[in-house]
Amino acid sequence: MPETTRGRPIPIQMTVNGIQRAADVEPRTLLVHFLRETLGLTGTHVGCDTTQCGACTVHLDGRAVKSCTILAAQAQGGDVTTIEGLANASGLHPVQEGFRQEHGLQCGYCTPGMIMNAADLLQRNPHPTEDEIKHALQGNLCRCTGYVNIVKAVQWAAAQRGGGDVPR
Amino acid sequence: MTQHPHGTTGLIGASVPRVEDLALITGAGQYVDDIQLPGMLHMAVVRSPYPKARIRSIETAAARAMPGVAAVITSADLEGKLNVVAPPMFPGMQAPPTPALAAGMVYAVGAPIAAVVAATRTLAQDAANAVEVEYEPLPATVDVEVATAPGAAPVRDELQHNIVYTTVREGGDVDKAFGEAHHITRLRIQSPRQVVLAMEPRGLVAAPERPGQGLRVWISHQTPHLARSELAAELGYPEHLIHLSAPDVGGGFGSKSGIYREDLLACHLALKLDRPVKWVATRSEDFVATNQGRDQLMFSELALSQDGTMLGLKVKLLANMGAYLHFATAGPPQRMMGMAPGCYQIRNLRVEVSGVFTNTVSTGPYRGAGRPEAVLNIERLADLAARELGLDRIALRRKNFIRPDQFPYRTATGVEYDSGDYEKALDEALRLSGYDAMLRQRDERRARGELVGVGLCSFVEPSGGAFFESGSIRVEPSGAVTVLTGSSPHGQGLETTFAQVVGEKLGVPMDRISVRHGDTVAIQQGIGTFGSRSAIMGGGALVAAAEKVIDKAKRIAAHLLEAATEDIVLEDGAFAVAGVPNKAMTWAQISGAAHRGRIPADMEAGLQESATYDPRRESWGFGTHVALVSIETNTGELKIEKLVLVDDCGVLINPKIVEGQIHGGVAQGLGEALREHMRFDEDGQVLTGSLMDYAILRAADMPPLIMGETETPNPFNPLGVKGVGEAGANGAPPAVANAVMDALEPLGIRHVDMPYTAPKLWAAIRAAQGDQGA
Repeated sequence: MPETTRGRPIPIQMTVNGIQRAADVEPRTLLVHFLRETLGLTGTHVGCDTTQCGACTVHLDGRAVKSCTILAAQAQGGDVTTIEGLANASGLHPVQEGFRQEHGLQCGYCTPGMIMNAADLLQRNPHPTEDEIKHALQGNLCRCTGYVNIVKAVQWAAAQRGGGDVPR
Repeated sequence: MTQHPHGTTGLIGASVPRVEDLALITGAGQYVDDIQLPGMLHMAVVRSPYPKARIRSIETAAARAMPGVAAVITSADLEGKLNVVAPPMFPGMQAPPTPALAAGMVYAVGAPIAAVVAATRTLAQDAANAVEVEYEPLPATVDVEVATAPGAAPVRDELQHNIVYTTVREGGDVDKAFGEAHHITRLRIQSPRQVVLAMEPRGLVAAPERPGQGLRVWISHQTPHLARSELAAELGYPEHLIHLSAPDVGGGFGSKSGIYREDLLACHLALKLDRPVKWVATRSEDFVATNQGRDQLMFSELALSQDGTMLGLKVKLLANMGAYLHFATAGPPQRMMGMAPGCYQIRNLRVEVSGVFTNTVSTGPYRGAGRPEAVLNIERLADLAARELGLDRIALRRKNFIRPDQFPYRTATGVEYDSGDYEKALDEALRLSGYDAMLRQRDERRARGELVGVGLCSFVEPSGGAFFESGSIRVEPSGAVTVLTGSSPHGQGLETTFAQVVGEKLGVPMDRISVRHGDTVAIQQGIGTFGSRSAIMGGGALVAAAEKVIDKAKRIAAHLLEAATEDIVLEDGAFAVAGVPNKAMTWAQISGAAHRGRIPADMEAGLQESATYDPRRESWGFGTHVALVSIETNTGELKIEKLVLVDDCGVLINPKIVEGQIHGGVAQGLGEALREHMRFDEDGQVLTGSLMDYAILRAADMPPLIMGETETPNPFNPLGVKGVGEAGANGAPPAVANAVMDALEPLGIRHVDMPYTAPKLWAAIRAAQGDQGA
């Protein structure tokens, strides 16, 4: 990426939830701020400033990333899915439904990041063990639930997939 | 008759999925930081890096000159106005006002010195970074014992001494009890300071309305009406011209109560600049700008007879309140004071509580707010007493429990416990945990050289009681129902719980009910959500409102059916003359009539009723938690192998939500027991100021939880409910503490304060082994 003066906007374009988006942003703009403030996709949250909490988790090119820890410019040309884009015409993503069924959320602030991370896990590992789920969620903090029902929510989603079907 | 979850009868007691969830799982939640307004400015705050310092100079010219900066203000611009004022809760309480921007001196790391508003968040932060402050650092006071020692330097210049207040409660004849005691168990015990850490940091948007129309505020808060009152007083702005709402709130746990300095600054700047202003704390900022919890140091003595009867209890408590008092900073130690005897009959009681100023971040209510400290104190004393007297710790508890036939039970200091059956919860916890077998396994493993311990904690959880709560039920002309509650949930699921309550009472399905909250215009008056109060208080108000609405609907039905009101019954959501169900009238028909004049001549139009609820007493939930732990001898690493939780919070409205509350409370409690500790060095500098350094539990840290319950309906509440939000945080830490101390007993270790980090336990083990070796 070309060297620019701090503050001089640079053009960014990427696909977000299936739609081509382009904007000029400061080079230092984080992906999460691009999503929230430039695109108005406020479902992705900011819960810390040290990459600990995972509330900002989105998918970039099919993998979960903490959008507070990459620049928008680093996602240039990429394919981003946020919590707003996870459900499709046929309904909620199984992980979303799992969170509702198993009371996997209370205040809901960490929830989008949790769901995006869990969806990524099930894509890589459709039938994780309880330990694998807990391990996968180590980078997402929740202060309300004690994680018990979050783990159950992911298990619920995994169970929906039945035999070998790959989660979206 | 219809059945839950889609019917109405049986809604209370059903684990219906939450109505809140759909928005929150699809990214459609609306938290403060999600609010974008045209022309909105962003505020950043310049904060003190020193715990105590004189401000020699503040240079703002460079910041003011930066692009996009709308204003930079310091205390000089405020002319002494804009102070947070803690209510004087006690006679003689020292409560100097907290200036929104430090005037000349700073007394804690994080104290605001200047506020900057600019066109974007990053420009505001850039400009804040460009404000140059010259400090003269001064020696700080961090420790409550140092702060209260004779001749201690004042934490703040305007203080005569560092005591915020001292209150003493005494009942019975304490000196006599201690004089006659066979044994006195003594303990110095510290509850570690905790960071509250709601996942959504504090924040607000303040926007001027059209000229003369007032101020609009969206704030991440637990008590909107109280916030508006305090904001009006401290801004010097008319209360009725402030429209304040709490939108979706990402957790609170006690910290989002009261008004903070940044709230005043954002409102002040919005009015001054006639532009919307947003401020949302960064996480690291939230560490030093938001009240923290616990940090109570207790010196306790328990007097016992030879057979283990608890004769008397003396506690002297020093509560670290930090340098600046907020609305509820002074409160938590009072809560500790009222429940110091825990589950036990102790007829001679003396509790002395002092709040203490130090040059640290402010404290205030945090999940439990004095309850966990009280439970920790008495439950550690109970275990130590049993050990020192050579008695069984279960037998000692049973002997001293308040018995079911003694309720309502008045403690020696006059606090009334409403109801309970502590032995029932204990028995259930022992049964669920396989207690005897667990002890045998412990002993076998000990014989193999392992450090294994079993501990338990029986606790009470007082809830509700303070203030009132409001509820309104409006039956719309269509028969749909709008519920307005003064409770202000932030994760507790009250939209669901209250829809269940109203649905059950009115016989209306949940999908015909919406629950609204958190808005000072929509909700006439109200208090909010804290202290495990909402099911009791908000639920109680809605039951009263439902009764009024049903009464009125019956009178309308009687009018329309040309029958006597006394003969009208509400069944399956319809009104009919008793015994004549085929002429039943629906809520839609009744409400339609109420809104179109087909009502008795002396009746007001419409079908909406409001009520407030104030039981003038607290509800005392209870329970017993049991923990099995092991400690790795070579590393000090603690593992909770089993945790059994038996809670009794009376009737369960939504068992799944109650379970979630317990899970969450336990997770926070285990954080306290295992690793959470907000630390300052001896100079007052923050050592654990971000999530890099302060460790809350992660998913893999949670031990398996074995949940049990007993159900003792609250005889003084129309729903039979008691609070449960803080139960997990009350019961789990002392159970773990007692288990850890049980594990370390063979090494002769008597007491170690939480949190039980590996280095701390390793050091204790090494020291004890050294002692034994010597």
